[in-house]
Amino acid sequence: MIVTIASGKGGTGKTTISASLAAVWRAPLVAVDLDVEEPNLHLFLNPEQQGSEDAALEIPVVDTARCTRCGACAALCQFKAIALMGETLLTFPEMCHGCGGCMAVCPEGAVGTGQRVLGEVAWGRARGARFLMGRLRVGEAMSPPLMRRVKARLGAMLAQEPADAVVDAPPGVSCPAVSAVMDSDFVVLVTEPTPFGLHDLRLAVEAFAPLGAPMGVVVNRAGVGDLAVQEFCRARALPVLAEIPFDRAVAEGYARGKVVADLGPGQRAVFTALRDAIRSRCNRTEAAHA
Amino acid sequence: MREIVIISGKGGTGKTSVTGAFAALAARRGDTVTCDLDVDAPDLHLLLAPRPEREEDFISGHEARIAPALCVGCGVCTQACRFGAIREEGAVFAVDALRCEGCKVCVALCPAGAVEFPPRHCGRRAVSATRFGPMVHAQLFPGQENSGRLVSLLKTEARALAKERGLGLILCDGAPGIGCPVISSLSGVDLAVAVTEPTPSGRHDLERVAELCAHFRVPLAVLVNKADLHPGAAAELVALCRDQGHAPLGELPYDPAFVQAMVQSKVVTELPPSPTSEILAQAWEHVLRLAGRPARRAPLQPFNAQGA
Ligand code: SF4
Ligand code: SF4
Repeated sequence: MIVTIASGKGGTGKTTISASLAAVWRAPLVAVDLDVEEPNLHLFLNPEQQGSEDAALEIPVVDTARCTRCGACAALCQFKAIALMGETLLTFPEMCHGCGGCMAVCPEGAVGTGQRVLGEVAWGRARGARFLMGRLRVGEAMSPPLMRRVKARLGAMLAQEPADAVVDAPPGVSCPAVSAVMDSDFVVLVTEPTPFGLHDLRLAVEAFAPLGAPMGVVVNRAGVGDLAVQEFCRARALPVLAEIPFDRAVAEGYARGKVVADLGPGQRAVFTALRDAIRSRCNRTEAAHA
Repeated sequence: MREIVIISGKGGTGKTSVTGAFAALAARRGDTVTCDLDVDAPDLHLLLAPRPEREEDFISGHEARIAPALCVGCGVCTQACRFGAIREEGAVFAVDALRCEGCKVCVALCPAGAVEFPPRHCGRRAVSATRFGPMVHAQLFPGQENSGRLVSLLKTEARALAKERGLGLILCDGAPGIGCPVISSLSGVDLAVAVTEPTPSGRHDLERVAELCAHFRVPLAVLVNKADLHPGAAAELVALCRDQGHAPLGELPYDPAFVQAMVQSKVVTELPPSPTSEILAQAWEHVLRLAGRPARRAPLQPFNAQGA
């Protein structure tokens, strides 16, 4: 079962909640950081790294001797990553999405494949669980292909040794967030009880509902704002799985890099209850599918 | 014309609340265009209550669609698609719009000419009036990418508006993170202001965003929010900035007034005077001084010329 922790927006406490859930999960687990632009989960779980690999994208390399400057490749490319300027064919690797189109359409077979390193995929162990993350190279703009690489490795890890996965998704509701949530069995939406929180939650529900996975909401910093988020959840029949009250001690603990579930028995109980709420809902949907 | 962008490295540091407060302070000079470049999750409108004067669709790229009547079921497109966006549906094939990147490969390779390629409607953008002056903003539909292009469009729009109305300053709420949208937010700006917090991720992300600013040769100033949650770490952030030549703008306390203001659709400087609003006012003066300096940086390369 893959549980993805998502949020309409950064800073809602998504990573803290992912880390705490991983800390109380108990069943065999892979903790995954798919927020490849700003991976932070490792700062809380402190994994011991066991391996890593570069993730690269296939980009075109043009053999100028064979190229007849017909421009078929440039005409196809939708991302302005290959262009014919007078008699010169230029490639702009940073713009390339790696779709392979230029290689497929070149009538001369002049476009070969090179590589652009997007970042790395790293794995290891943390707190008795397996750990997996992707990290985008600074200045690199293309996160979905790296995320696909992380997901592929997750698939391999789960095939090798079955486990649940808790996935920390990138914030927001744009393309990377949607690709992170895709293929999840359950989606936890983290929000906070403020007008910003409500607005972003609304967008997140709109973005992720078409993917079909059941969803539940965690209200973080409950008590700081108003009750509009809870009202919205009631109106949309979205279960509120947990409310984590605003507590200065928690905010200070977080600032010191602590996993919230480790701060005390009260905190731990909040997350074991959240874990059980997620599990029982997943079992229910699994039973319904059977 | 000066351009200032507020960024954060990570989300939730109070970037938008700070931008709103700066917009209110800037409004005293009456020469500012405010712009929300956080197009993936724009929130500034919740504080500024913009009244749209001009609205437009945002169209970007194309999406593939297979006409079932024309599809002969050969499967060439599924094999060619590197994004796994084409699946078998009975005897024919269909495109999963959420996975389609609009690369056109299936259009080019389909032997039956069954793939249509209409333009993709990705969101809406607007020029609005607010109590702090004109505002340029947009909303992407969920799941859309191309936010980098939308950011560039909004910036162009803000610059045109400033020119047309003779305004001297563009204040942008930038995109969070260090990816494509923030890279577009940074292009051509005179000063970036990072709002950060004294947490391990706050520091980590500030380092990454500082690297990014250095890469694009944009000077950086840093405002530490929620500083009293971990005074030691806040002091380290300030020291880090000094070491690396980023101007420290000050330290804000963790102040529930930010949320109180938000719940009333106000910015924090519109509440009764407080230490927080005082620190913000000083920080804003400092920002104006920094942004007013003649630019020492080399002209920016257009992003798409990188690696040429
Ligand atoms: S399609 Fe092939 S031959 Fe034509 S311009 Fe591109 S590389 Fe050259
Ligand atoms: S692989 Fe696709 S995106 Fe990259 S240059 Fe070729 S056609 Fe353009």
